[in-house]
Amino acid sequence: MNRTVLDLWVGLFVIAGIGSLLFLALKVGSMNTVKAGNSYEVVARFDNIGGLKPRAPVKSAGVVVGRVADIRFDNETYEAAVTLRIDKRYAFPKDTSAAIMTSGLLGEQYIGLEAGGDEQKLKDKDRITLTQSAVVLENLIGQFIYGKAQEGAPQ
Amino acid sequence: MLRRSIEGLGQRTIEGVWRIGFAARFFGAMLLHSGTAFRRFGLTIREMYFSGVLSLIIILVSGLFVGMVLGLQGYETLQRYGSESALGTLVALSLVRELGPVLAGLLFASRAGSAITAEIGLMKATEQLSAMEMMAVDPIARVVAPRFWAGVISMPVLAALFSAMGIFGGYLVGVHLIGVDEGSFWSQMQGAVDFEQDILNGVIKSVVFGIAITTIALFEGYDAPPTAEGVSGATTRTVVTSSLAVLALDFVLTAFMFRGIN
Repeated sequence: MNRTVLDLWVGLFVIAGIGSLLFLALKVGSMNTVKAGNSYEVVARFDNIGGLKPRAPVKSAGVVVGRVADIRFDNETYEAAVTLRIDKRYAFPKDTSAAIMTSGLLGEQYIGLEAGGDEQKLKDKDRITLTQSAVVLENLIGQFIYGKAQEGAPQ
Repeated sequence: MLRRSIEGLGQRTIEGVWRIGFAARFFGAMLLHSGTAFRRFGLTIREMYFSGVLSLIIILVSGLFVGMVLGLQGYETLQRYGSESALGTLVALSLVRELGPVLAGLLFASRAGSAITAEIGLMKATEQLSAMEMMAVDPIARVVAPRFWAGVISMPVLAALFSAMGIFGGYLVGVHLIGVDEGSFWSQMQGAVDFEQDILNGVIKSVVFGIAITTIALFEGYDAPPTAEGVSGATTRTVVTSSLAVLALDFVLTAFMFRGIN
């Protein structure tokens, strides 16, 4: 069996395919699923999560530190229990607060973590107790209109 | 008159069931005799040249144009909501998840699938396959299996090239022609496209399409009546059936893969 020109072309073809797959993997996509091995999970409870979805980013100071792993409804407290999977490289104090924010006016929703001052760090399966729910635009507009109506009411 | 039409219907039904059974046995025999395709890998490489390398031009050019059109049309819609920066996400997600595998599959079916059917049909018509059997060479192992594996390997490569080329086309139009910000184009894309959920699922899709297209093409060729008319009919059927199979399988696979997201 001898080498032929054909082999060269097929080799180039396969290399081009692997190259474009690498391009897709590195430049287009990102390995943004935080692996279970090098992360820890904390649960935060919110009264209202708005439009938060699984896989939404968890940011602190604007930097992505983890992802939303799971969202469940707690039928006893009538709250949403959101499981956050945070990268092991980032440790947060026990009294860290979590808030649901929106990037831009109509952008996607994410969870913002604000570090507290506690000396103890959050561990796996811990709970974040200080939470702030999503801002629901309808409620905000409703309050605004209600306030305006109060102002203009005859004394 | 009525009786004849009912008879015709019954005959066609039986014929159809017969063909399905034969196709299943053919697929089994092909997998069983795949050893040769790997032991004598030169045969498979030769077929990869014909079905993969020679399809490159059409795949690359169509990918580029599809991406460029996505860039133009996507911008047109997104700028109404002031979110032009999401153009990269739109182009990349639609290409990687759907358009890359599906359009590459359709092009592969008409470019390589039809050629496979015509070749094998003609080999059968000129009794080359029978001649091989006479020499105790199994045509399934020597002719069919290498073509099958060449198609299954080529298809994901072509789909990945199509997607990459399309994203490049969208980038050219979006960033250089229209003037979307380059940083947000790439960073929003990276934020939204997940390697496992989106890219790997696209690869799985293209492998499944490769299996379906080459199996249909090989079977139609092998089953073609050994006449000029029979081969031409089989070639047409290959393109029609495998295109429909790609679209139908795409729906099924999408329903499985992306139902859980969002």
